[in-house]
Amino acid sequence: MFDLTGMTALVTGASGGIGSAIAEGLAAQGARLAVSGSNADKLERFRAELGGDHVALACDLSDAAAVDALVPRAVEALGGKLDVLVNNAGVTRDNLAMRMKDDEWDQVIRVNLEAAFRLVRAAAKPMMKARFGRVISITSVVGQTGNPGQANYAASKAGLVGLSKALAQELASRNITVNCVAPGFIRSAMTDVLPEAQKSALLGRIPAGDLGRGEDIAAAVVYLASREAGYVTGQTLHVNGGMAMV
Amino acid sequence: MSETADRVKKIVVEHLGVEADKVTEDASFIDDLGADSLDIVELVMAFEEEFGVEIPDDAAEKISTVKDAITYIDEHKG
Repeated sequence: MFDLTGMTALVTGASGGIGSAIAEGLAAQGARLAVSGSNADKLERFRAELGGDHVALACDLSDAAAVDALVPRAVEALGGKLDVLVNNAGVTRDNLAMRMKDDEWDQVIRVNLEAAFRLVRAAAKPMMKARFGRVISITSVVGQTGNPGQANYAASKAGLVGLSKALAQELASRNITVNCVAPGFIRSAMTDVLPEAQKSALLGRIPAGDLGRGEDIAAAVVYLASREAGYVTGQTLHVNGGMAMV
Repeated sequence: MSETADRVKKIVVEHLGVEADKVTEDASFIDDLGADSLDIVELVMAFEEEFGVEIPDDAAEKISTVKDAITYIDEHKG
């Protein structure tokens, strides 16, 4: 089950905590990857660690022209087809809404939501031709529940859910599924910076009693990318240790 | 019948799975040939590939019949 041999995938934010776990998970199931990230050196190191014939494509997701070029670059590097797109890259610029600067709002919406739209728009073309595609966007539990200090981030993540549902309806007849995975709190650079007191308060809200791991998210992505998940579309798979049940 | 018309009709037959004799020049993709909006997008992509032309979105929106497609391609192919 869930064998991805022969499939190609583009993963954004692949050198980050969750992104690298997703890339490793897809590669372990046999997919050939184009890994993307903003830091070319870090990305290249990650690609080298992955081994195999994966390719690294550095891209600044806040640059619209660079984003529009990313899918064509990936298709070319992956031998002319793209089966799976994983919109994983995300940034935070936390602030109380009343203090939030325009650029804090813009930057988060641009990278987390607009780039995802641009990438899906571009990826839909080769996927429609191939009559096969899997689009998986990494959203967040806070897109569903909200979180103080994260109006921009929560809006961008909720936006991904709506975007995915609309696209799922547009593309279902072409055997292209569009889904989201919503992590709860996962051990990553993003959660490492939380103050200790906030971390323990957080754990109190998680029935599983622990933060999640990147591998937990990767497993959900592998499932949604697989041929076996072909009848699942427009859904959000919540992977959060039970902290929000929706 | 022009060479362009033949190739356009062949693409339409293949993509929409309709009988060749239904693909007249006056046939509307949506009203007569059962295409939906996604089919139109795919047809435009196929025309672009077949003829090496670029059909921008505002032009694509005006292509509603087989004849519209043939005319646009004849005017723009290299």
